[in-house]
Amino acid sequence: MKKPIAGGAGSAAPVEVALPHSGTSQRRALTGLLENERFLAFVLLAPTVLLLGLFIAYPFVMGVWFSLSDISVGNPAHFVGLRNFVKAWNDSIFRTAFWNTSFYTFWATIFKLALGMWLALLLNRHFRGKRIVRASMLLPFIVPTVLSTFAWRWMFDPTFSVLNWTLYKTGFIVAKLPFLSNGDWALWCAIAVNTWRGMPFFAITLLAGLQTINTDLHEAASLDGANGWKRFWHVTWPLLKPVTVVVVVFSIIQTFSDFQLIYVLTGGGPANSTHLLATYAYQIGVATGLLGEGAAISLCMLPVLFIVVWIQLRYLRRLEGA
Amino acid sequence: MAFQGDRMQRRTFLKSAGVAGILAAGRAPAFAQGTKLHIVRWVDFIPEADVELKRQAPEASKALGAEVTFEFINANDLQPRITAAIQSGSGADIIQMLWNWPHLYANALVDVSDVAEPIGKAQGGYYDVFNASAKVGGKWLAVPHGCGGNAVAYRRSWFNEIGVKEFPATWDEYREIGKKLKAKGKPIGQALGHSFGDPPVFAYAFLWDFGGAEVDASGKKVAINSKGTIESVKFLQNFWKDACDEGGLAWDDTNNNRAFHAGEISATLNGASIYIVAKRQKDKIKDDKGEPLYQDIEHAALMPKGPAGQFALYLPFQHSIMKYSKNQKLAKDFLKWLHQDANYGKWFEVNEGYSVGAAKKWEDHPMWAKVDKPLQVFRQAARLTRAFGHPGPASAKATEAYTKYVIVDMYAKAVQGTKAEDAVKWAEGELKKIYEG
Repeated sequence: MKKPIAGGAGSAAPVEVALPHSGTSQRRALTGLLENERFLAFVLLAPTVLLLGLFIAYPFVMGVWFSLSDISVGNPAHFVGLRNFVKAWNDSIFRTAFWNTSFYTFWATIFKLALGMWLALLLNRHFRGKRIVRASMLLPFIVPTVLSTFAWRWMFDPTFSVLNWTLYKTGFIVAKLPFLSNGDWALWCAIAVNTWRGMPFFAITLLAGLQTINTDLHEAASLDGANGWKRFWHVTWPLLKPVTVVVVVFSIIQTFSDFQLIYVLTGGGPANSTHLLATYAYQIGVATGLLGEGAAISLCMLPVLFIVVWIQLRYLRRLEGA
Repeated sequence: MAFQGDRMQRRTFLKSAGVAGILAAGRAPAFAQGTKLHIVRWVDFIPEADVELKRQAPEASKALGAEVTFEFINANDLQPRITAAIQSGSGADIIQMLWNWPHLYANALVDVSDVAEPIGKAQGGYYDVFNASAKVGGKWLAVPHGCGGNAVAYRRSWFNEIGVKEFPATWDEYREIGKKLKAKGKPIGQALGHSFGDPPVFAYAFLWDFGGAEVDASGKKVAINSKGTIESVKFLQNFWKDACDEGGLAWDDTNNNRAFHAGEISATLNGASIYIVAKRQKDKIKDDKGEPLYQDIEHAALMPKGPAGQFALYLPFQHSIMKYSKNQKLAKDFLKWLHQDANYGKWFEVNEGYSVGAAKKWEDHPMWAKVDKPLQVFRQAARLTRAFGHPGPASAKATEAYTKYVIVDMYAKAVQGTKAEDAVKWAEGELKKIYEG
């Protein structure tokens, strides 16, 4: 917008001066705001905070509230303090589920780490068809857990197991192996399926870590006379440790709260021998309708996972400090 | 219905208010355009039953003036669906309730006494099990729909081969027969895993046969730790080892059907589905001689007799209208429509005895004269059954004991090696937390 401004004394013609447009002033104000670091941080973080609040914090807070109440399906909640936690602690099925969860997580993580590391080292070598092998290795991780577990369930079927059939026909067994019909066997079968499903995650992540290690270091170690094991132990492993810690912690969290695999494979049976905390919480909260008690059982996972994460963070900080 | 010429009498119309009146008037009720009625049911073990209901949906839609849709889901997924629907206040208008679930969800269900009572009266009265399962605090919270009976399906020729002409009368005799059959590689099959139907149906009835019970008649005092229960557990430990396919610990409700059809087991407690499916797929399901398998299947109405008698636990199922539903009136009209003789009868017939009627009138249906002899045993099945929690009430606590598989797991623990007394003590502890905690 241009406005004539009256000239000063004398006869000079009026001068036209450009005044700031109102839109321009708004833009400037906005630019000014965005230049304010605090405001910009707020704007950028707001969507994430909103999403986290809605989908993580709200359900979590509701879960905590439920666990402290006597809420059941269709009935309102009344505060009962720690009663649900005390009841869970005195429940032998809960204790069995807690033990199973710890056992399942411990061994599945060990196997996934060992096999994942071995696979990553193999895949880090150069060979023909490397890319196809690397991509196909991810299949167990990509296939929906429910589908792949159904396939395993068929393979472990007490009557029609293809594994039993093969072992019988090849003369390795004379009687069926009780894959899912014996409590101990069933838990080990679940660990095997979890290892099969989770190992590619370890392998790919560790492979990514391996590829960041400078080959010069290995060459230097070789020149110094280090054999394969020594090169792994003194060069690869220390450099891979931060990645390994992160992937192990992720895996522990996922395995400790596993649900689908057990739900499909055994339903927690026989006689609760494969019940995990998540499947038991589901059985109590959903099938029995005792939402408060189910939430309390679920929340019992929290302290364990909290400790795991705390150890991880401490360890990583120590590594950074070093 | 009384008519004067072409005109219906006003009084008669008012008397038959409800869907019959609506249909007689030839006009659909005034539900808002686009109104939908959503019904969730299990995937039936007799696929033709679901096909028949789907076929009826457009007829119901036309009669009621609203779109009626059925959704069929896995029976083990019904409870998660109900829980999610009630807590979120949205979902299907009508949901099928198995066992005594109306007790569990009582506060979320509509009182349907005005629908259930007239149907029951008109059809000769409901079986007692429905008073226990669908009536809560004197109100019907579900309209009884049917009952899935059970019987022991067994291979006639294999029993004959070991000199057995009749199904054994007692558990001891059954064990001896099972021993011989297992020695021939054809054991008895019984599911004892975590699944909603076969494992509890067996475990509860077996417990009652030996005089055991979860609670006393008040339903408040746990009574599981009794001589009868311990005897039953000890018996099963031997029976399992001597006569059964030990893989049954990992079976769900479908495994014994498959194992029986494949000729892997000689006998199993099941609904009529083993026979019906074998007959409907007679070209595929054959015996070791290449003959249709169904011809060799016999049914014993009840499991053998124990020291305390011979009992059964059959599966009652019913339909509940959810309180959050905005179509409660329509839902009630639909249930009245569904239970009209002409409509219900067609569904009843395709079941061929797998699901029997909820009311006694259906025992006299002409279908029973047409079905094969092995299926005749289901005719009065619903008269025989007890409900969870017997001899106490079939309360929500009884459902909790069932959903936690306490009775099933008591036996499952024992057959895996836990001492009988310890398995019973474990069950007592769990039941006390439920009933007395």
